[in-house]
Amino acid sequence: MSEKIEFTEDRLKKVEEIIGRYPADRKKSALLPVLHLAQEQYGWVSSATMDYVAGLLDLQPVEVYEVATFYTMFHLEPVGKHVIEYCRTGPCSTMGGEDVYDHLKQKLGIKSNETTSDGLFTLKEVECLAACGWGPCFQIREKYYMHLDNQKIDEIIEDLSK
Amino acid sequence: MASDIKILTDKINIPGIETFEVYRKNGGYAAVEKAIKKMSPDEIVEEVKKSGIRGRGGAGFPMGMKWSFLAKPEGIPRYLVCNGDESEPGTFKDHYLMKNIPHLLIEGMIVSSFALGANKSFIYVRGELMYVIRILEKAIEEAKNAGFLGKNILGSGYDLELVVQPGGGAYICGEETALLESLEGKRGNPRNKPPFPAIKGLYQSPTVVNNVESIATTSWIINHGGDEYAKLGIGRSTGTKLISASGHVKKPGVYEIELGLPVEEFIYSDQYLGGIREGHQLKAVVAGGSSVPILPANLIMKTANGEPRLMSYESLSDGGFATGTMLGSGGFIAMDETTCIVRNTWNFSRFYHHESCGQCSPCREGTGWMEKVLHKIEHGHGKMSDIDLLVDVAKRIEGNTICPLGDAAAWPVGSAIRHFRDEFEWHITHPHEATQKGAVFMNKSILV
Repeated sequence: MSEKIEFTEDRLKKVEEIIGRYPADRKKSALLPVLHLAQEQYGWVSSATMDYVAGLLDLQPVEVYEVATFYTMFHLEPVGKHVIEYCRTGPCSTMGGEDVYDHLKQKLGIKSNETTSDGLFTLKEVECLAACGWGPCFQIREKYYMHLDNQKIDEIIEDLSK
Repeated sequence: MASDIKILTDKINIPGIETFEVYRKNGGYAAVEKAIKKMSPDEIVEEVKKSGIRGRGGAGFPMGMKWSFLAKPEGIPRYLVCNGDESEPGTFKDHYLMKNIPHLLIEGMIVSSFALGANKSFIYVRGELMYVIRILEKAIEEAKNAGFLGKNILGSGYDLELVVQPGGGAYICGEETALLESLEGKRGNPRNKPPFPAIKGLYQSPTVVNNVESIATTSWIINHGGDEYAKLGIGRSTGTKLISASGHVKKPGVYEIELGLPVEEFIYSDQYLGGIREGHQLKAVVAGGSSVPILPANLIMKTANGEPRLMSYESLSDGGFATGTMLGSGGFIAMDETTCIVRNTWNFSRFYHHESCGQCSPCREGTGWMEKVLHKIEHGHGKMSDIDLLVDVAKRIEGNTICPLGDAAAWPVGSAIRHFRDEFEWHITHPHEATQKGAVFMNKSILV
């Protein structure tokens, strides 16, 4: 809890720009974009971060907590350097997802919601990523990885491990 | 007969079409010029009404009628919100459209906002698609620099600002009132209706919420006229539709079809899906996104009366839920004989349980029970009475919730049991066999 949360200059400017998108009395609309900014900087959203965001947007901390805990994209626990979010929903499974993800777990030696001991990878199961016909798929931050097979997974993991 | 006319994707493969320059050179933004310089807002609404286009997000409500409900009290701003939350499993058409040809949506947003009298409009995009959000933001910047957005567009005195809003990974925000709550910076809990968004929507102001594909179509309607659009398609299913195809087909992907195309042609012709993967047969199809009823292969090809099934709102729903389904969002998931329907139904149930906002007890509790019971059957611990228990829980959810997520969770379960009951029974009577990896109950009579 003692961690000091403060956005970089660039991000503070971005916050101002985001607030300016909405009517003056509707600052709260900036909450989701600002939480995304926070996660971009810190990798996850701690309660100290939520308090800081509440301060930026003149909100009660609870207004931030209830939102951050509702939307599953926000990591409420520390995560590894690369968070692999793989789609577990029907179409990806139909396209062969289950076997491919088994391989991924084996390759990393972890299960879902775990982080590798070197802190490099965290694995998360997510619901449909709107890439069904291009599945099986996962995303790491903003990047989509599609048409996955075992070989592709090996390449991606080895590449990111360098 | 369905043609291969393309009105949304005809230019999608032109190199550089994501840039303003190339889009403009290929006739882009002509609809904005025509709408703003030559038409009144009411005339635009009239053209959209004449087109007969129905909401492409899944519900299929006539778009022109939705627009005409918008309240216009003096001195209160009105909003247009584009629904780009696209989270219905099986659906990835808006993703495809926005990332490849972002200006088509921006152009449609300008035309539509002008028609509705909105000076600030929002495009709400699911947060996972942050890279698409950046593509849209760049396109908006380009359109602004060219004078198509911002103050005094094309010297008309009309001002418009477009804002792209990221979601946070919640399926429920595809429901329009949940989306509005989310846009206001709150949890995505759907609102009670009435009041409808057309009266009290975003910030308690009159609001229209339309899907990406619907809005992207308005440019063509303005350029060619509503009557021309209405000539496409079949009956009350006018125009073209983007279909997102996934599953065991040779060529999964996004296809623009003229409504009325026979399902059989869509699946088997080389122009579209190219058939089922080599050496396999079609077992079942979910035609319109995970929430619509699943149909066995024989019923997706032909209606109960033996008529060829067409890709249209009416033909797909022919026979009601007893023997039909829905066009929905156009999320077309094809499954061959290697698919375990019980496992697939459990997977979908887990999805709805995960995505229920928890506001209404029938959905919050019911989705959890359906997932648990299906998990039990799939893993070899089911009882015969569980099948009727599932039907009972699904019935108690359906129609008893604030928003349609409850129905969306109930229909896949109800339909899977309706059409594949023997498969559920086999899991219960053969728990050892059914839990072997890759084991599937085979009923050859339904394969096509």
